[in-house]
Amino acid sequence: MPHDHDHPHSHLPSDPALRVKALETLLTDKGLVDPAALDEIIDLYQNKIGPQNGAKVVAKMWADPEFHAVMLRDPMPVLRDMGLYGRQGEHMVFVENTEETHNMVVCTLCSCYPWPLLGIPPGWYKSDAYRARAVREPRKVLEEFGLTLPEGQRVRVWDSTAEVRYLVVPQRPAGTEGLSEAALAALITRDSMIGTALAKDAQT
Amino acid sequence: MTWCGDRPDPAFEAPWHAQVFALTVALNEAGHFEWADWAARFGTTLKAHGLTKELDGGEDYFNAWLETLEALLIEMKLAEATVLTHMKKAWTEAYLSTPHGQPVKLSH
Repeated sequence: MPHDHDHPHSHLPSDPALRVKALETLLTDKGLVDPAALDEIIDLYQNKIGPQNGAKVVAKMWADPEFHAVMLRDPMPVLRDMGLYGRQGEHMVFVENTEETHNMVVCTLCSCYPWPLLGIPPGWYKSDAYRARAVREPRKVLEEFGLTLPEGQRVRVWDSTAEVRYLVVPQRPAGTEGLSEAALAALITRDSMIGTALAKDAQT
Repeated sequence: MTWCGDRPDPAFEAPWHAQVFALTVALNEAGHFEWADWAARFGTTLKAHGLTKELDGGEDYFNAWLETLEALLIEMKLAEATVLTHMKKAWTEAYLSTPHGQPVKLSH
């Protein structure tokens, strides 16, 4: 139906937005989903879960050698205790950067990502460019992120799946010996836990 | 290409991205499908879409997500294509007939 732009009806959402509304209405009518539960999920991932969760865990690994050892060996019971387990049943693996090896994470299949620790992945993590190139030319991709690694440090790329998701433990910056866990956590960025950046320096 | 770096971008760029994400998570948590199966199907859709253009990880990512969810629910007989078409039409009409500023509701 043609209409002029002064017509004072509500703004018509995009085609996919209307299809999602249709799906939601149908599934709600059938009792398969509860709108309140949907709002809760959105609020959780939009406002409550984010890289601060992962940063807290990594800071504790830096500060507490016993916790560090446990997280590298068998992190799932601890993550469950901390309420940071994946509701999709995935298994977390922490991979630690060293002088010899820099780790970075990708999902070549789709966008598998440790939601409970990092929240929803950034757009670039979901892009074809990153997903294809992280495996093929990781050093070049890292350089585009502004991260040039020493020649002697090798890059190891971990391909996350629905079952196993990786989180990079960045190297603890020098000069941070006296810092509290909270102050350490502030140095640990989302990208440093994906492996496309290093942890921030203490004095920035 | 440019990477967004560590700028604190919103979790979801559009409300419908969040809604289709939440629908999928809710259905998975209710046990209607395994997340691994979902990821495999979604990966297949992304691959198919990526043949004709380079996906940017934003709007086209969630378009592939929505297409995968619709197909999965229809295959599982949890949704019917004809009903979805009808519902979409009903929502479109509701938007076009509701005065601006008033809540849009479906009359059914």
